[in-house]
Amino acid sequence: MTLKVGIPRALLYYYYLPLWRTFFEALGLEVVISRPTTKTILEAGLQNSGDDVCLPVRLAFGHVLDLKDRVDVLFLPRLVSIARREYICPKFLGFPDMVRHGISGLPPLIDPNFNLYRKDSPYPFFVALGRNFTGNRLAIYLAYRRAMHAQARYVQLLEKGLFPEQALAVLYRGVAEGQEPGGGGPAVAVIGHPYNIYDPYISMNLLSRLARSGVRVRSADNLPETLVREQAARLPKHLFWSLGQRMIGAAWHYLQSPDVDGIIHVASFACGPDSLTGELISREVRRRGKPFLNLTLDEHSAEAGVVTRLEAFLDMMERRQFLPAGESV
Amino acid sequence: MKVTFPHMGHMWICLAAMLEYLGVEVVVPPPTSKRTLTLGARHAPEFACLPLKLNLGNFMEASELGADTILMAGGCGPCRFGYYAQVEYAILEDLGYKYRLVVMEPPQRHVGELLSKIKYITGHSSWWEVVRGIRFGYQKARMVDELERRAHYLRPREIHRGSTDKAFKRALREIIAVKHPRDLPQAGERVRRIMAGVAIRPRPVLRVGIVGEIFTLLEPFANYDLERRLGYLGVQADRSIYLSEWINDHLFLGLVRGLRSRKEACRAAPPYLNHFVGGHGQETVGSTVMYARQGYDGVIQLLPFTCMPEIVAHSVLPGLSTGLGIPTLTITVDEQSGEAGLMTRLEAFIDLLARKKGVV
Repeated sequence: MTLKVGIPRALLYYYYLPLWRTFFEALGLEVVISRPTTKTILEAGLQNSGDDVCLPVRLAFGHVLDLKDRVDVLFLPRLVSIARREYICPKFLGFPDMVRHGISGLPPLIDPNFNLYRKDSPYPFFVALGRNFTGNRLAIYLAYRRAMHAQARYVQLLEKGLFPEQALAVLYRGVAEGQEPGGGGPAVAVIGHPYNIYDPYISMNLLSRLARSGVRVRSADNLPETLVREQAARLPKHLFWSLGQRMIGAAWHYLQSPDVDGIIHVASFACGPDSLTGELISREVRRRGKPFLNLTLDEHSAEAGVVTRLEAFLDMMERRQFLPAGESV
Repeated sequence: MKVTFPHMGHMWICLAAMLEYLGVEVVVPPPTSKRTLTLGARHAPEFACLPLKLNLGNFMEASELGADTILMAGGCGPCRFGYYAQVEYAILEDLGYKYRLVVMEPPQRHVGELLSKIKYITGHSSWWEVVRGIRFGYQKARMVDELERRAHYLRPREIHRGSTDKAFKRALREIIAVKHPRDLPQAGERVRRIMAGVAIRPRPVLRVGIVGEIFTLLEPFANYDLERRLGYLGVQADRSIYLSEWINDHLFLGLVRGLRSRKEACRAAPPYLNHFVGGHGQETVGSTVMYARQGYDGVIQLLPFTCMPEIVAHSVLPGLSTGLGIPTLTITVDEQSGEAGLMTRLEAFIDLLARKKGVV
């Protein structure tokens, strides 16, 4: 019987699934991903985590609970750093411990440190990870190569304009890449942490809602890494959060780009890094005067409220087109 | 150049001593008050943590007194503090304040970056003088910490309510008044005599450790004077980190021997928290374990609302508390906190500890 490895559909799932999944499958393991977020999953997460923990992490608790009884081992890498001299957020550093002490009756956790703070290659991480399942160094190396290849292909698809779910469908379900939706609608950049904007339940279908209104949607992940970093380098000091780098770099790029008409910033309630990066973004937006919407999500967000604000935002963008250049609404 | 810096408890005493010794003109911001908080909270991001808001308020009030240069510390994450200075500066700039910003960053590439900033602030002083200045500031920090420890001991035992606080204030003035390192020993003597004058009676007291985020631990305005309140409730408090220990850990890289160090606390944190999480998260967990081992009656964790490292620590505290049998109370502070609510929780917690120990 093949061993079942559980991967929660939460946190950096939207960045790294191909990397993890291909690696495990190449080693002959079965990968089980938690089901898409539902009310039940979120409620379970809320009940098992502390009150002051942020929504994405509480949701991740829910996804762990969804997998708990269906897998043999749970894969919760401790994501210390995904780029040189950068971290993600303290909660990513402590997540495995939070889960271990918050949920009882868990299958064994596999939580090696993923740490590129001082090195460039993630290979040692994969060796440590693979050793849990096999002693065969060659098999681990080959699985690593395939995983890196799949990840590169995934990033390529994202940069072509696809969103994570579409790109994953291309990679794993053989769906055709499809044409980039053209049309003459306004373009909006949605800037936010991947686990907030790409989870349809949490974002209340923000991306598809915009698309249905005829809006061409862009996100930070549609931009190449080098471009994002070039923009973020304009900050007075190197920003030590990788996700913040991406969000600031993308926001600043889209602010200058004439074919993006507005920016929506999505943050979860009481998000620590966002309180500072969001502030820097909104100050820059105010200087440049593009339509800007700041959406804060938490477990109490109601769909009607979000829809109203979204409609008002789209109306505002539409009206600006009739204004003489240089004037604001 | 008139240099100012944010408040963090009694830190201003050592910073001002050091800078003034080196001939730098210093503007100490007015003591942190409701007004500071209102000013800061009005202009700071909503979800920024309380220290940022208070820092900002300090800078705005210091500017009214003529300060034109901000001296701040930096950091390389993942705690937000490392980016405070830049965000605070952006806010002040947009508000029209004319400040120069000097951030002491931990040297990443070259120690020269840090040295040149020190030179910029201290001007003509020789390096030897700079070292003496730092040493002078550090000695004052040691004295203030000693004084605070003494006050923690005396408060629950004093015969006349408030006599410790009165003596504490007088003693603090003695320390502040010292302008040259050679006068420190005599001042120390006077401080000891003042504190010895507090009349006490022996009685059973509870011992409670206070852990958490450094700013809320050290700044009485942020923690509603927690240590004093505990003292009045018959509790001898101990803080998991004192200013001089922090200076030793972060500026002197632990060179001064014989002080408690963060390494010890971090070693005690596993298996509850197996990795550093930025800020003082791992120290919070480790110190709680150490207080439990030392037979303390309870532990109070302090954190500003949205503080990421402390939230991680908070998540593992319940398991630790049951595992080691030490009651814990977590107090989150922000601009919305109310004094009455805090007192009610504190009294309930102390009642629980007293009943458990049988000293009601």
